[in-house]
Amino acid sequence: MYERMMNSKLMQGKALPVLIIIGLILVFWYVMAVKLNTPWQLGVYERAGVTEWTNSQFINDTLNQDRPVLPSVHQVAEEIWNTTVLKSPTSRRSLIYHTWITLSATLLGFTIGTILGISLAIGIVHSRAMDKSMMPWIIASQTIPILAIAPMIIVVLNAIGISGVLPKALISTYLSFFPIAVGMVKGFRSPEQIQLDLMHTYAASKSQVFSTLRWFAAMPYLFTSMKIAISISLVGAIVGELPTGAVAGLGARLLSGSYYGQTVQIWSALFMAAALAATLVSLVGVVEKIVTRKMGVRT
Amino acid sequence: MNTNLLMIALVFWLGAWALNEFLVRLTPQNQTIVKAINLFVPVLFGITLLVIWEFVTRGLNVSPILLPPPSMIWARILVSLHILWADFQQTFLKSVLVGFFAGCSSGFLVAIAADRVPFLKRGLLPIGNFVSALPIVGVAPIMVMWFGFDYQSKVAVVVVMTFFPMLVNTVSGLAAASVMEKDLMRTYASSYWQTLFSLRLPAAAPFIFNALKINSTLALIGAIVAEFFGTPIVGMGFRISTEVGRMNVDLVWAEIAVAALAGTCFYGVIALIERKVTFWHPSVRAGRG
Repeated sequence: MYERMMNSKLMQGKALPVLIIIGLILVFWYVMAVKLNTPWQLGVYERAGVTEWTNSQFINDTLNQDRPVLPSVHQVAEEIWNTTVLKSPTSRRSLIYHTWITLSATLLGFTIGTILGISLAIGIVHSRAMDKSMMPWIIASQTIPILAIAPMIIVVLNAIGISGVLPKALISTYLSFFPIAVGMVKGFRSPEQIQLDLMHTYAASKSQVFSTLRWFAAMPYLFTSMKIAISISLVGAIVGELPTGAVAGLGARLLSGSYYGQTVQIWSALFMAAALAATLVSLVGVVEKIVTRKMGVRT
Repeated sequence: MNTNLLMIALVFWLGAWALNEFLVRLTPQNQTIVKAINLFVPVLFGITLLVIWEFVTRGLNVSPILLPPPSMIWARILVSLHILWADFQQTFLKSVLVGFFAGCSSGFLVAIAADRVPFLKRGLLPIGNFVSALPIVGVAPIMVMWFGFDYQSKVAVVVVMTFFPMLVNTVSGLAAASVMEKDLMRTYASSYWQTLFSLRLPAAAPFIFNALKINSTLALIGAIVAEFFGTPIVGMGFRISTEVGRMNVDLVWAEIAVAALAGTCFYGVIALIERKVTFWHPSVRAGRG
C-alpha cells in the first residue's frame, strides 16, 4: 500500500518520467547504433574471413568500432573521460583546452553584448527618436541569419592582423545583444505609472528615476534575457571557430572530426558543448537567485 | 583620405538625426500621418546607415576586401544574379522550407501527443527545455555524414533545430486557455478534440506563431551553417565560405544581402499570417490603433 503511494507520487513528479524517457532514448540510441553500424561490421568480417559469429559478439563489435556511423554512449563517455581527466589541460589533445578556448570567446562576447544591449536599451527608453528609428532595425537585424557573416568577420579580421579570441567574441556579441536589448527595454518600462508618479512627487531627476526605480524593476527581465543570450553566444563562438581552419576550440573539434570521419570526437565535442551550455545557463540562474534574494524577493 | 566625403557623411548623419528628432516630436491628429511618420523614421535611419557606410568607406579609402561600400555590393548583386538565384534555390527553397515545415509540424504533433498523455508531458518538457538551450547547430557535421552532402542533410539539421522550440511553445500554448473557458466547453459536453480545435488551439496560436517566428531565423541559420561542413558546389553557405577564402568579399556581402532579404521576408510572411489568425489578441488589436 505504502509502496503504491510512493509510486504514484513519483509518477506525479517530474523526476521519474524524465528518467524513464532518458532511459528510452538510451535504449533507442543503442538499437540505432547496432543497426547503423551493421553494414560496416559485416564488411569487416568479410575482409577478415570470419564467417561465423555469435549475436552477442556481433553486437559487441558493432558498439566498439573505431569510426562508427553512430558511436555508442559508452564510447563517447570513454572519449570524454580520456580527453578530460587523463590529459593535462594544457595539451592540445585535451578537451578541456578546447572547451576553455570556446568558453573564453563566449564569455567575452557575452559581456560585451550585455553591456551593449543594456546601453542601447537605456538610450531607447530615454530617447523617442532612438526608440522609433532603431527598434525596428534591432528586430530586423535578428531575422538576418547573422551566423552567415561569421566566416567573413573571422577571415577579414585575420587579414588585418586581428585574430584569436576577439573576432569570435564579436560574433557572440552580435548574437547576444538582441535578447538583452529587447528584454531590458521591456524591463526599464515595467515600472507602473503609480511608481513613476511617486518618483515625480519626490522631484526625482531622470537619472535618479533610472538608478533607483527602473534599474531594479528591470532585474527579472535582465536575467531571463541573459539566460537566452549566454546560450546563443556559445553557439556564436562555436560557429565562429569553423572557418578558422580547425585550429582550436569545440567548433574546430567538430570540423576536424567531420574532415577525418572521427565520429566519436564529434559526439564528445557535442556533449561537452551541451554540458557547457547547461552549466552557463544554470550559473546565470544561481546569480539570479542571489541577486533577487538580496533585493528582498522571498520565494 | 578624402575629407569631403567624410564631411558629407557627417552632415547627412546630423541632418537625418535632427529631422528624426523633429518628426518624433510632432503630434498630428491625422492617423495616416502618424503611420507615415512611424514608417519614415526607421527608413531614414536605415538610409543614414547606408550613406555613412558608403561615404566613410570611400572617404577613408577602406580596402574593399575589408568592407566594400554598398554601391559596390549592389553592382555585384546585379552582375551575379544567376549565381545568387541558384544558391537561393539550393539553400532556401530546398533545405530551409522543407526542413522548416517538417520540423515545425513534427514538433506540433509531438506537443499534441504530450498534451494527450500527461506522462509524456512531464517527461518530455524538461528535456525539451534543456535541449532548446543547447548549441544544436553542432549536429550539422553528423547529419552531413549520415545524409550526404546534398540538401537532405541540411533538411535534417533544420528539422532538429526547429523541432524543440515548436514543441516547448505549443505545449505551453495549450495550457493558455483558462479554466473558466474549459469549464464552458465541458458544459457543452464537447469532446477532447472539439475542445482542442475550437478553444485550445486558437488560444495557443500566439505561442505557436512565436515558435514559427523563432524557427524562421533558426532554419536559415541551420541550413547555412550545415553547408560549411560540406555541400555540392552550390548553396549560400558554400558560396560564403569559399568566396571568403578567395577574398571576393563583395560577392559574400551580396550573398548576405540575399540571405537577409530572404530571412526578413520569411519572418514578415509569418507575422502577416499571425495578424490574420490571431486578430483577437491584444497585441494585434493595439497595432490597429
